[in-house]
This record gives sequence, C-alpha cells and structure tokens, in this order.
Amino acid sequence: MWLPSYATPSERIMRTLVVAFAVSVLLFLIAPLFIIVPLSFSKDPFFTLPVREYSLRWYADFFGNARWMNAIANSAVAAVMTTILATTLGTLAALGISRPDFPARRLIMALLISPMIVPIVIVAVGSYLFFGQFGLTNTRTGLVLAHTALATPFVVITVTATLSTYETNLTRAALSLGAPPSAAFFRVTLPNILPGVISGAIFAFATSFDEVVVALFMTAAEQRTLPVQMFSGIRDQINPTIMAAATLLLALSIILFAMLALLTRRRVK
Amino acid sequence: MNFAQRMSLATDNPVDALVRFEDVKKSYDGINFVVKDLNLDVFRGEFLTMLGPSGSGKTTTLMMLGGFEQPTLGHILLDGKPVERLPPEKRNIGFVFQNYALFPHMTVAENVAFPLRYRGITGAAAKEKVRQALGRVSLDALGDRRPAQLSGGQQQRVALARTLVFEPSLVLMDEPLGALDKQLRERMQIEIKQLQTSLGITMVYVTHDQSEALTMSDRIAVFHDGRIQQLADPKTLYDEPSNRFVASFIGENNTMPCTLLGREGGVAIARMADGTTLKAAGANVSGTGANISVSVRPENISLAGKGVRAGLNRFSGKARDVFFLGDHMRLSVEAFGGQLVTARIPARQARHFALGEDVVLECGISECRLLEA
Repeated sequence: MWLPSYATPSERIMRTLVVAFAVSVLLFLIAPLFIIVPLSFSKDPFFTLPVREYSLRWYADFFGNARWMNAIANSAVAAVMTTILATTLGTLAALGISRPDFPARRLIMALLISPMIVPIVIVAVGSYLFFGQFGLTNTRTGLVLAHTALATPFVVITVTATLSTYETNLTRAALSLGAPPSAAFFRVTLPNILPGVISGAIFAFATSFDEVVVALFMTAAEQRTLPVQMFSGIRDQINPTIMAAATLLLALSIILFAMLALLTRRRVK
Repeated sequence: MNFAQRMSLATDNPVDALVRFEDVKKSYDGINFVVKDLNLDVFRGEFLTMLGPSGSGKTTTLMMLGGFEQPTLGHILLDGKPVERLPPEKRNIGFVFQNYALFPHMTVAENVAFPLRYRGITGAAAKEKVRQALGRVSLDALGDRRPAQLSGGQQQRVALARTLVFEPSLVLMDEPLGALDKQLRERMQIEIKQLQTSLGITMVYVTHDQSEALTMSDRIAVFHDGRIQQLADPKTLYDEPSNRFVASFIGENNTMPCTLLGREGGVAIARMADGTTLKAAGANVSGTGANISVSVRPENISLAGKGVRAGLNRFSGKARDVFFLGDHMRLSVEAFGGQLVTARIPARQARHFALGEDVVLECGISECRLLEA
C-alpha cells in the first residue's frame, strides 16, 4: 500500500490522486446514507444542516407512536417468517442443484435466481395479480410468500457457494457409517455448510425487512411494514421521525453485515 | 490354507464368497461403459486389491459396492443377497475414503463414536468401544483433538478406527494412503495389513500403486479399460502376467514384438523383428497373429556366461545407456534390429561398457513369456 522510499515525486502525486479518487467514490456511495443520521438527532422539525441543537425527540416520537411500533412488529414478523421459509427452501434447492448428476443445472439456477433480476415493480404487480386469485393480497401470508420468492435466491447463491467447497465424501462417510440420510444431513452436512446457510438467512432477513415496493402492493393498513410506513410518511407529512426510523434501519443493516463479515472471516480460518 | 487353495476350492461354491459381482456394467452417460462385464468374487477374510490406472473402473466398482453408485446392469451379491437397491447406510460396510472424510466439526472421539449411535450403542459401552478402537490404532491420547489438529498419518488412523469400531464384516478402502509421504505410507501399509489379518476382516482396497498392492494383497485384480485384466495372487501376477498390459503395469518388463513360428514340446519359438529366434515359455497365446510379443523382466536378463547352457536364450546387441545405481546397474542394449532391451546387472558383475559396444545377454526360457496385447 505505501510507496517505497525511492518513489519519484510523480509517483507520489499519482498515488495521492488514486487515493483521493477512491475516497471520493466511497463518500459518494455512503454520504447520502449518513446525512440522515445527524438529521434524526436534530431538535428542529424541519431538515436543516448543520444541526443547530441535538435532541432525541424524534426517537421518543418513534417509539411512542403506535403506528410506527405496529409497523416495526409487522416487519419483524414478516422478515422472520420469510427468513425461515427462504432459508429452508433455498438450502434444499442448493443441495439438489449441487448434486453432480443434476440435469439442466444452469437453466434451473437461472430460474431460481430470476426474482433477483426481474424489475421489482414487475414482481410486485405480478404478485399482486397472482396472489389476488387466491385472496392472499392484503394478508401477511401473501406478503411473506412474495418476500420468500425475493429472498430465496440469496440463500441459493450463498449455500451453493459453500457447497462448492464442501467435501461430498463427508456425507458419504456418514451414510457408510450407518446414519440415515436425514441424520447424515443434520449431523454432518448442515454443520459444515452452516456459514453459507446463515449468510443466506441474513440476506433473506434484510431483503424482507427493507423491501418497500412489493410490500406496498401486498399490504393493507394492518400489515403495513416499516418501509411502507416510512414511504407513506414521506408522502403525507414530512417529519423527522422518519429520519429516526431510517437511522434505526441503517443500524440494523450495519449490524447484519457485521455479523456476515465475522462469519466469512471465521470461514476463511 | 492359503487363498490360492481356498480359491480353487471355492470357485464353484458361492457360499464362501462374501461379495460377488455378476455381469456388472456401469455407464454414467448411457454410451460409454466405465465398467464392462465385471465378474468377481471376494472371499471371506481376504485382502483383495483392485489395481489399475485412473479411469480403469476400479473406483467406480468400489463405489458400487459401497452403495454410492448403482450398477447399470448386473448384480452385486453381499453374503449371497443382491444389494443393488440397498442404500449405503443399510449395508454395514466400512468405507475409508481417499481424504479420510473425518467430520471436521467433531472431536476424534466423537468421530469414532459416530457409527455406534446408529447401532444402539451409547453411554459407557460406546466410550469403551471408542477407547479400544483408538487404542488399536495407537491414538489413545488424542480423543479430544479436532481432526484439523492431527497429522495426515494420525487422521488416517482415526478414519481406520472409525471404520473398525462397528466391526463391519467388509471394509472398503479408496486409495487411503495416497496423501501420505513414502515412509509413512509404507508403515501404514504394514499396519493396515496387520489389523486386517488379526481382526479377520474382508478388505477390498483400491490403489494405483502396484508396490502397495503387492505388499498388502492376498489377491490382486488388475483393472484396465473397465475390465479385469488378471486376477491372481501377487507372485503369480508378477511371474505370470496374462497379457501385455499386466506385464508392463506390474513391475518393469521388456516387451519385444515377434511372430510365433511354432511350438516344440511346451516351448514356443518366436521370431524377432531381425529374424533371430527366441524360445519362450508357453503362456496362453492361441493364434499366430501379429500382435504378439516376448516379455522378459530386466532382472531376468544377465550378461552371457562362458559356454552355452540348456534352457537359456542368448542374444546380442549394442550398448546404448548404462546407469550405475549402487546395488545394480541398468544396461540398455539395442537388439533385434532396433529394439531397446533393458537388463538389470547385479553390482558385482558391473563393468564399463562403451557406447555401441557389442554385448551378449542371456535369459532363461522359462522367464520369457509370450503375450498378446
């Protein structure tokens, strides 16, 4: 990283420029996110920078407001259910697709991850029309199912990646030692692919917890999730409580990704 | 009773065969057969090695026996009962994998205890069995370690202990020593062989290392191109290879193309490329086709002595390469019009050979074998 002592002045200038460019790209990426943090601690009821006086009043408002609390509970329940469903389905799909004799692997993989690629509005409209046939719009079940479709690809990808370094002979050894297939999976395969499964679960949770477009289509007032509540908050009354909600959401994301980083670091070891 | 004798007694008696392959064929893609027409009996208490180069079908055969692959056609009998449809966990066959396949998230003792749980052995009884199994492979003190904390040789022993702890009647091994260095490999060969003999286990062992096969086996099945080329005890295999592939795969052999002129008594007369003739012990060559050769091992060729003796072939050539290797000397001679023939000369007979010098060599007729490709 650091230049050797014999670097010429032009090399030093070059290096400085590269570093400056890299830093500005990073700022460009994250600055909009961190603008909201000081705003959420501002005492003023309108958005002004720099912040003149700090207070926790918007946080108090957030935690004291039944609508926000309801939204957070809705989001958490939907996200947890989505995580359980998507992790189970995604892990099973990854196990199947990783078998050496699996036919048309690339095609099936493309189908499995297509919810990640298709524009989110299309997924939302499609889900709305499709689930409407079964009376699942404006229900939590419908929201969880739609979010599961969005979250499963993340699990498939992380678990498939872990399986690519997993030694299949471990499963075979468990079987040859007399373990029934289910025991071989839970006692040998799963513990060894767990980092991939947990990363997938974290992605699945974040996908559902942060998702707004599908949730807008699929929920009525009672199932309104946190992002939907924020969205309608912006539309109706601009209010720094939204900044407090956003900061909390940001903190959650950072915690989730820190967990992910810890997990991958342990796997490298 | 040795295995050759038992074999001759057992050929028509399927009861003594623990494993029987009946016309087994295996194809992964429906076009190419990896295993073609396999017929093989494995006898109780026997150490049978499947030896061959990679892609010869030996590992596929082992996987079919272990239950991880299904034969496309044919039957596999275990203890007289067909097992093609029996899943691996119901076969009660021990399997030692190439890279040991120890469970990395369990301690050594937990690894060894793993098969016991599925046989209803738990608690103190299981602990005692684990202790015995680890003692058998001299790893008593390492039960609390993780596999990653062990050396390759120790991991190999854990894999052995984990397989032997549930006392399977049949143990399969897939190149279990491939990852070890030469010295350790040789020590483990002896240890595995001793365990197998003392416990009376039937063992089917896959390797591509011919010296490993010769050291350990009661019988060796030489695989090539999806077929067993020869099935015999190590000495027969070495002394009487049945075809050119076996002759060149086991040990070293000079293979010299020839045509069969005829037979005198039990001895075949072969004409070499330059018209000289060699006598060779019969072997089972039928026709007089072109694809015939005389095969003789370097250690059976010596410098010609004084006077002509009966029972010897004598031929001459020009010295090409000479290497002195301490205990012996390798002398390559160009004979029979361009054919390189290598002789292994004991160190006490070694002398200087000039390049192109005329050398007269001899070899016993009974050690020259007539082989087909």
